[in-house]
Amino acid sequence: MAEKTMLEAVHDAMFEEMKRDERVIVMGEDVGEGGVFRATEGFVAEFGPNRCVDTPLAEAAIVGVAIGASLNGILPIAEIQFADFSHPAFDQLVSEAARLYYRSNGTWNCPITVRMPYGAGIHGGPYHSQSVEAFYAHVPGLKVVCVATPHDAKGLLKSAVRDPNPVIVLEHKKAYRLYRQELPDEDYTIPIGVAELKREGSDISLITYGMMMHHSLKAAETVHEQDGVSVEVIDLRSVSPWDKARVLESVKKTGKALVVYEDNFTGGFGAEVAATIAQDGFDYLDGPVTRLASPDVPIAPFAGELEDFILPNPEKITTAIRKLASY
Amino acid sequence: MTAVKEAPAALKLSDEQLLEMYYKMLLARTLSIRQRLLQRMGKGAITYSGEGHEAAQVGTAFALRPGTDWLYTYYRDIGVVLTIGMTPAEVLTGFFATRDDVNSGGRNMPSHFSHKRLRIVSQGAPVATQCPQAVGTAWASKLRGLDEVAAVYFGDGATSTGDWHEAMNFASVHKAPVIFVCEFNQYAISVHYKKQMAVENVALRAQGYGMPGITVDGNDVLAVYEAMTDAVERARGGGGPSFIEAKTYRLVPHSSDDDDRRYRTKDEVESWSARDPLVRFARRLNEMGKLDERREKEIAERVASEVDEATELGEGGARPDPESALRPVFVEEKGS
Amino acid sequence: MVSVKEIPGAMGLEREQLLDLYYKMFLSRTVAQRERMLNRLGKGPFAITGEGQEATQVGATFALRPGHDWVLPYYRDIGVAITVGQTPRDLLLALLSKSEDISSGGRNMPSHFSEPKLRIVSGSAPVSTQLPHAVGVAFAAQLRGSDEVALVTTGDGGTSPGDTHEAMNFAGIHKCPVIFVVENNGYAISVRWSQQAAVPDVSVRAAGYGFPGVTVDGNDVLAVYGAAKEAVERARSGDGPTLIEAKTYRMVPHSSDDDDRRYRTREEVEAWGKKDPVVRFQKWLEEHDLVDRRKLDEIQQLAAEEIDEATEYAENAPKPAPESALERVYAD
Ligand SMILES: Cc1ncc(C[n+]2csc(CCOP(=O)(O)OP(=O)(O)O)c2C)c(N)n1
Ligand SMILES: Cc1ncc(C[n+]2csc(CCOP(=O)(O)OP(=O)(O)O)c2C)c(N)n1
Repeated sequence: MAEKTMLEAVHDAMFEEMKRDERVIVMGEDVGEGGVFRATEGFVAEFGPNRCVDTPLAEAAIVGVAIGASLNGILPIAEIQFADFSHPAFDQLVSEAARLYYRSNGTWNCPITVRMPYGAGIHGGPYHSQSVEAFYAHVPGLKVVCVATPHDAKGLLKSAVRDPNPVIVLEHKKAYRLYRQELPDEDYTIPIGVAELKREGSDISLITYGMMMHHSLKAAETVHEQDGVSVEVIDLRSVSPWDKARVLESVKKTGKALVVYEDNFTGGFGAEVAATIAQDGFDYLDGPVTRLASPDVPIAPFAGELEDFILPNPEKITTAIRKLASY
Repeated sequence: MTAVKEAPAALKLSDEQLLEMYYKMLLARTLSIRQRLLQRMGKGAITYSGEGHEAAQVGTAFALRPGTDWLYTYYRDIGVVLTIGMTPAEVLTGFFATRDDVNSGGRNMPSHFSHKRLRIVSQGAPVATQCPQAVGTAWASKLRGLDEVAAVYFGDGATSTGDWHEAMNFASVHKAPVIFVCEFNQYAISVHYKKQMAVENVALRAQGYGMPGITVDGNDVLAVYEAMTDAVERARGGGGPSFIEAKTYRLVPHSSDDDDRRYRTKDEVESWSARDPLVRFARRLNEMGKLDERREKEIAERVASEVDEATELGEGGARPDPESALRPVFVEEKGS
Repeated sequence: MVSVKEIPGAMGLEREQLLDLYYKMFLSRTVAQRERMLNRLGKGPFAITGEGQEATQVGATFALRPGHDWVLPYYRDIGVAITVGQTPRDLLLALLSKSEDISSGGRNMPSHFSEPKLRIVSGSAPVSTQLPHAVGVAFAAQLRGSDEVALVTTGDGGTSPGDTHEAMNFAGIHKCPVIFVVENNGYAISVRWSQQAAVPDVSVRAAGYGFPGVTVDGNDVLAVYGAAKEAVERARSGDGPTLIEAKTYRMVPHSSDDDDRRYRTREEVEAWGKKDPVVRFQKWLEEHDLVDRRKLDEIQQLAAEEIDEATEYAENAPKPAPESALERVYAD
């Protein structure tokens, strides 16, 4: 067992996958020098410049080239420096990677992994803070995971690399160096699409993912101590596919659901979760399915005061829990 | 500026190969005409074809090794896929969107070719998205130490897209063994090339990426073949990518949904009909003493019967099971 | 005494103008240094500057009519912003993201310049998205029959995105009055030019769009100015776009988050330090007897005072009201 940050876990996951399977390569901007977040530190020394490849500054090419390489015996892990810069590659992700398998009636598949640091709370301004999971989770053919702990990051990234489908791995960048966690020494994976109970509870089901999971745990602690309210925190970890069964099972037990997500309120992935609970879990409910998210403004303004104002945080979550608990 | 190159008469092609080229061109032409006819009869929802492009398509594809080299075609490339080895029936089952359509099982539009064994990679509709993918496939060959090359096809309109630029740049920086083939037919649907670019020969752009670019007469199959052979050899030998601009003309509307009388004159179309690549190649072969009337007739008969047979197969093909529309979205276990 | 205008290489500028050029370069340098210092002191979370690129930025922009022509700068362009009229105060208010920050009211990152009055169009962070905008601005000027031109800058990495190609192609077809300036400093963060493109000079690409492209010494302010002046004249007279590639060097890390020792040697940085464009132009002015020590002191003193005043002002300015984060998502 070794204590690792999430960033180290991401590094190790790729490193170990590249050791395990020589078809695996990483490609992206600045990855040769270790990447702007240092996720590929030492890769060129270990694997050479042909397996840790600096690309031109061109995201459509990064994803498009990765798709083509994946059809010819290479398993690319493409890094998009910030999720905000995946938009130039939207066409390659949505029209190509996602549709290739279906449109060829199952003859061509595209085993690429696209890593993207995402999320706000780091003074990134409107272009280094976006949550992009809802865009991609909307698209059949893409798998999307959102990781925010070292253990999950490593296990899910490995699953992504081994998955025969295109998988987008969204790594919450505020969680990169948040804390250290003991990780097993042996190889392990975490299945895509399986949620994890991060805290057990009986009064309210709080469904979340990404950085909001950490904030939600804090809020759950607070209401437990101060109000005696018992909140169950479910970390989805994957948003496509997502673990509906686990969520409904919890709501059945608690009768109340609070969905917390960092993205804009309207059309964020939590809206899908809320709609599913409302439709399939209606009989279990003792209160309104509640959503807490960022208001509908571009995420995120740069100034600390502005950014703090819009993002959900433990205090806002605490307030939302209390309101729902009093129902 | 790269000059339009005349093909040297002497090429190392055997008589059989020359006739094979002619046969593929005629097959492409005949099959295209058949498709358009079937569409007008209400037997298919839409058709795309490339009458007029046969020299560019067959001439380039002929320089590749079927099943070894990779192809990223676009919707006009009936001549390419037939040359690589797709059968007329495989093309027509795509048109009829049958259950057993090798391209997509009725999921993709017709002429969006895909054939795994022949390494023809499935094609989307957004123009030029195939360009970076082809670069990736070629680059993978290089990384793996293989001598496979990739050829990617597109029209003049495609050269305006960001994907095309990013692909050209990536290919040249990483010396990927890829050949970019532009079927320059002067129009992107109704948009004339003068509104698409401010240069006469788009091959000029290749120098901006440090790769050779050549403009050839795309209606001269031998000139095209020669340019492609050069480019393929360079790619195979580690010399990196090339760009070939084949000047040609689409003699038919963009698709069955298009009425080209809206944007071009009859005179213009006729003047290009006079340069029909098929007629021209037949005449050339005749002059070379390789194609007499008897051989020509034989080939025409063979083509006609093949196209008839394919039509029957396509028309009689099983319809897809409606519920199969729900599959296959994800690969369930690790594919190749 | 020979007229200044006849000095070879003076590009027809008068002494006052040459001194103004120098002042703007010097001021840009000083603001940049102050920004990085304030960031190190923990007063602003992020700084991104362009020490070493002042000749390119100021020289190119100097060929414009400020407030009449349009500029679409990128994050490295303190020199562009200063030359069209943003003040150190404006820049430092943005650095510290104060409510008076004219560029964005604290919403955008520092060095994402914007000011409608000066016709500086607000830019984003995705590299080169400003290029199609610049073409659009120029296209509109052309459609309206105005003689305004647009100048847009990007880095060498900025030549790779599809947006750059689409913008240049459009500009070529419609002969838009736009000047593309590539500040080729040899790096996109850590990625060298040789990994970015397979050609030594990116200006060769212009021919593929049907307009002229030139490569100039980006550390020679007069050479850059000369090239830009010619490009502006072409654009204004209806002859369409020009691509100017200015070869230069970023003497500092990419941003306050970057450690450039990871990817380049100190010798390389020092060698470029010897070609410092501000020092180089100062020497040129001295060699041609256009300034003496006293005059230089005066200019430098003026810049220092301006920066100090701006720092004090910006530090004491109010922060934006948190609720203002909700405003201005849509125009009324
Ligand atoms: C990105 C994108 N934009 C628009 C279209 C619609 N469209 C289909 S074909 C076409 C014209 C393509 O012209 P060109 O590349 O010259 O090829 P040609 O059809 O002439 O062979 C257009 C605009 C598309 N398919 N993809
Ligand atoms: C589309 C996009 N991808 C990636 C980034 C992250 N990024 C910011 S600056 C930069 C390098 C830009 O280099 P260059 O254009 O050469 O300008 P320079 O910083 O050297 O002045 C990168 C990769 C971005 N901002 N936008």
